Amino acid sequence: MTNETFEPIIIGFTCNWCSYRAADLAGTSRLKYPPNIRLIRLMCSGRLDPTFVFKALANGADGVLITGCHPGECHYLEQNYKALRRFHLMRRTLKGLGIEPERIKLVWASAAEGVKFAAEAAAFVEEICALGPLQWGKPREEPSHREIEEVPA
Amino acid sequence: MSEKPKFAMYWAASCGGCEIAVLNIDEKILDVDANFEVVFWPVAMDAKYKDLEAMEDGSILLTLFNGGIRNDENEYLAKLLRRKSKILVAFGSCACEGCVPGLANLSPAEEIITTAFHTVSTDNPNGVHPQPTYKAPEGELHIPRLLPVLKTLDQVVEVDYYMPGCPPESHQIAAVIDLVIQVLQGKAELPPKGTVIGAGISTVCDECPRKRNVKTIKSFTRIFGQPLDPELCLLEQGIPCNGIATRSGCGARCPSAGAQCIGCYGPAEGVLDYGARLITAYASVVDANEPDEIERILDGIPDLVGQFYRFNLAGSLLKAGQTAWKPNGGNGR
Repeated sequence: MTNETFEPIIIGFTCNWCSYRAADLAGTSRLKYPPNIRLIRLMCSGRLDPTFVFKALANGADGVLITGCHPGECHYLEQNYKALRRFHLMRRTLKGLGIEPERIKLVWASAAEGVKFAAEAAAFVEEICALGPLQWGKPREEPSHREIEEVPA
Repeated sequence: MSEKPKFAMYWAASCGGCEIAVLNIDEKILDVDANFEVVFWPVAMDAKYKDLEAMEDGSILLTLFNGGIRNDENEYLAKLLRRKSKILVAFGSCACEGCVPGLANLSPAEEIITTAFHTVSTDNPNGVHPQPTYKAPEGELHIPRLLPVLKTLDQVVEVDYYMPGCPPESHQIAAVIDLVIQVLQGKAELPPKGTVIGAGISTVCDECPRKRNVKTIKSFTRIFGQPLDPELCLLEQGIPCNGIATRSGCGARCPSAGAQCIGCYGPAEGVLDYGARLITAYASVVDANEPDEIERILDGIPDLVGQFYRFNLAGSLLKAGQTAWKPNGGNGR
C-alpha cells in the first residue's frame, strides 16, 4: 500500500558516541535527508530496551531505526553486540506477530560517517513508504458487533 | 450479629483453575465463610445476574475477578462488578495479562469460531454454526458475541489490585485473605491502589535453588530427550527458561521440579513489556557476535511469540497479532 501522500513516522535511536555525531555531522555538512525520522539519543545502542521499540510501534510509529557504533568500536566495549542480538530477536518476534521485520533496521555509523547516516536514513524512509502505514492496534470495524449495553444502575 | 462484608468471585474467559486454587486453600476457606457473606460466585453457588444487578453500588467489599474479557458478556459483568464492588482484584494471569486465552489474539475472531466448529477435530455433521441471536418459539435468544481481541480486565475497567499466577499459588491466596481479614479487624492497612498482591517483586531466579554461573549460550534446546544437570541453572544448559523476567512468588516450583519457567506469574516489578524484557535477557546470554551465528542459535527457539508472550500477549504493548487487527489485510502475511 504505497501512496504519494503517506509520510511515515520513524523513530530513530542513536548512540551518543558515534551515530548521534554522524547525524550531527550530516546536519552541519548540510546534507539533505527526509525529515520523517525523529531521533532519540541514547548513551549506547546497548541501552536500547526492546520496550522502546515495541512502544514506538504500538503508539503510531511506522518504523524504528536503530543505530550504533561499528562492531568492535563500542565506547562501552561490547554493548553494540548486545544491541545486534536484540535486533535479531526483535525482528523474529515482530514477524511472529505479523509485523514486517523490515520495519526495524540496524545501521552502524561512526562519528565520521555523516554521509552514510543521511543515505541510510533516506533509504529507510523509502523502504517504510513502500511497506505503507502500520496503524497498529486499530481493529477493523465490525458492523455486526452489538454495542455493549450500559450497566443498569 | 452485625452484617458480614460481602464477597464475590467471577470467571470470565478462563479455565476454572483459579477457582480450584481458591478451594485449595483448604481450611482457610472456613475463614472466608466466617468473615464474609458470599453473594455471587457462579462456580460455587446459584446466583443470577439480576440478583447482582439489584444490589446497591459498592455494596460488595471484595470481588476476585478471574478470566480475560473475550466477549460482550464478560465485558458487561466486568463493568457491573466494578460498580458493585469496593475492591476489585484482577485475580490470576487471565485477568491481569490475558494468559493462554490471550494467545487467540494471534487470530481473527471468525477464525477462532471456524476452528472450533468446522475443523476435523470437531464432530459437527450438520455444520452447526453459532448465531448470536436465535428465534425460538418462546422468544428471541442471545448468546454472547466475541470481541475482536481478548482484553485484560484493566483494559476494560479500573482495577484496584492485581494478583498474578496461573493459577495464583494457594498459600499466596491464603495470605491475601488473611490480610483482608486483618484489615477488616483494623489490624492492618490495605496496600496502595494498583499494587500487585500475593507475589514478590523480584524474579523467579531469586527463588530458584539451582546453581548459577556466567551464562554463555551456544545453542538452545528443548527440555525433553536429553540428560540435564539437576542442580545447574536450566538456561545455562540451553533450555529457554523465563525465570529471569518473571515475577517471584511461586517459590520457583517449575525449575525446582526440573521444568523451565514459562512465565505464569507475569512480568517482574516495573517491567512494562514482559517479552521485551526477555528479549533483552536472552540477547545478553547468547554467545555470538556474527549475524549468521546469532541466527543459528536463535533457530533453537522455534516459537518466539509463544516463548515470550505465552501468558502476556493481551497485556503486552503490542497486544495482538496483525491478523487480529486486520484479518483480511495487513502487509505482514
